[in-house]
Amino acid sequence: MFGLDKKDASLLLIVAVLVAFAPFFLNPFPEGSGWAQFNAGYPDLMQRFVIFGIFAIGFNILFGLTGYLSFGHAAFLGVGSYAAVWMFKLLSMNVIPAIALAVITAGAFALIIGYVSLRRSGIYFSILTLAFAQMSFALAYSVLTPITGGETGLQLALDDPRIFGGAATEGNIPVPGFFGLEMRDSAQLVLGNWVFTFNVGYYFAAIIMLLSFYLSIRIFRSPFGMMLRAVKSNQQRLNYTGLNPRPYTLAAFVISGMYAGLAGGLMASMDPLAGAERMFWTASGEVVLMTILGGVGTLIGPVLGAGMIKYMENIISKINSDILHSWFAFLPDGLEDLVVTLIYPFIGKGWHLTLGIVFMLVVIFLPGGLVQGGQKLAGLFGRKKAQEPKNATTEPAE
Amino acid sequence: MGILEVKDVNKRFGGLQALGNVNLSVAENTCHAIIGPNGAGKSTLLNCLVGKLIPDTGSVMFDGQSVLGRTPFEINQMGISRVFQTPEIFGDLTVMENMLIPCFAKRDGSFALHGIRSVFSESGLRDQAEQMLEEVNMLDKRNMHSASMSRGDKRRLEMAMCLVQNPKLLLLDEPTAGMARADTNNTIDLLKEIKEKRNITIAIIEHDMHVVFSLAERITVLAQGTPLVEDTPENIKGHPKVKEAYLGEAA
Repeated sequence: MFGLDKKDASLLLIVAVLVAFAPFFLNPFPEGSGWAQFNAGYPDLMQRFVIFGIFAIGFNILFGLTGYLSFGHAAFLGVGSYAAVWMFKLLSMNVIPAIALAVITAGAFALIIGYVSLRRSGIYFSILTLAFAQMSFALAYSVLTPITGGETGLQLALDDPRIFGGAATEGNIPVPGFFGLEMRDSAQLVLGNWVFTFNVGYYFAAIIMLLSFYLSIRIFRSPFGMMLRAVKSNQQRLNYTGLNPRPYTLAAFVISGMYAGLAGGLMASMDPLAGAERMFWTASGEVVLMTILGGVGTLIGPVLGAGMIKYMENIISKINSDILHSWFAFLPDGLEDLVVTLIYPFIGKGWHLTLGIVFMLVVIFLPGGLVQGGQKLAGLFGRKKAQEPKNATTEPAE
Repeated sequence: MGILEVKDVNKRFGGLQALGNVNLSVAENTCHAIIGPNGAGKSTLLNCLVGKLIPDTGSVMFDGQSVLGRTPFEINQMGISRVFQTPEIFGDLTVMENMLIPCFAKRDGSFALHGIRSVFSESGLRDQAEQMLEEVNMLDKRNMHSASMSRGDKRRLEMAMCLVQNPKLLLLDEPTAGMARADTNNTIDLLKEIKEKRNITIAIIEHDMHVVFSLAERITVLAQGTPLVEDTPENIKGHPKVKEAYLGEAA
């Protein structure tokens, strides 16, 4: 199917089904129940799942295949966001030209930064990309204020020129849309106590995510992808086999930069503003964590990692001490206070602590990330079957 | 005029004269061995041939073209393949993928962006790779993870990766170093077979005299960076200068 072998095609199909029915899967708890705060099926968060999924898929093409660890990928995300918002300001509120310009601009930036950074490898490459990203951040924050909006960020305004007006009227700032479909539009389905939200922006981003995922599978299985894995495996041999590693790594760098630009453009399409903090080094670090958490070099891993981190960021950080007290109210008073005091550092603003622990556990016990965890589980349940299809276990993690 | 012509090559590392006025001519379709005691400059010479080092003076011509100033991948594209002292293969890849990479390099040059087509839709290259694996008796291992193979298999794979490109010149850097006797003999047989079947020039650097005398048609003896003698194996065996270089003055 679509030029994929059976295994990859079924993976793509599973992801497509999960993404299509995500509003159901992510809202398992009825509205108003105590568990409702664990529901992730609201548009804002679902959009973030797929957008950061794209970001991580692209990052994995560079890091997972070539082993070059870029610590500055957020710069391309930020550049993409700025480009998209400028397109909204100058051209029209249609998301297509905005996203196209975001991808192109991020690709051009990646070409320049990659050309310089890829002269070194290993830790020096990482530091160079980090330096470039921090320079971009500093420039966006200060010197380039006329272009980037500086501290306040780049926002839409009523008096933007917007050549193809896009219904810029009635004293309201228009919203991004796709030929009449506004990104923020949602339909709701109420089933008993459950409320499911279907958001245009989410489905738009989800379709683009599926396309990017499909493209990444094709790249992984192509001669180009094989060369990238060869770069990671043994550059010396590659050189003496008549292949020049540098254009291969540069191409991978530009492609992953364009993925980041695409994610940035989509972010601006969902909420048309862009700020310099998107380029900050913590944002670059986040995508590294996502990829490692999910499984470096696997197809689906980065998406899982992105989902996991965004879920924790949004759900665990919302738990506060009152909620904890209500959970442990059944305990005797002294014990309740003790338990709440013990757990408190890990919730709310302390969600990073939880993330850190999860990350450490995954890296130590599942070096292959969540994907390896899934394979181990599958191995446990399918042990009887496992003797027969042996090739399934010898394949590298995908 | 040989296929490989080394003229007056000098290479100095600080105070050490690694190569001094090396002249070497390797005739087409022969096996030429370069031997010499440790520190004679054999590896330095080899590195000058493949673009890893650039000689201070002198010229290296391959097939009528200078190789100086070219990168290793350009030199490979000219038709020189190199086998390393410790097998250099793509350990994270399967044997088949290891074989396909040189096939792609041969067909598409040093860079080609085939990002969409699947690797395994390239049936022509695949046949080529399988045929070569068959030749080195490794076809049954094609789906193996290459890092998990024995050292002897890795060596054979590396040689197959070089040969599938049909190089004009095959450079071997101590191909049997650290091998058991049986593996060494297998390697000799493999190389003899390759020589018979193909029009290929082989230049070999080797410590093991058994290997050298079973394969080489010409031998150059290098000592302290300069060629002492160049002759046929029969004449080298009893040559007093060679004995002197290897065993010292007293012998």
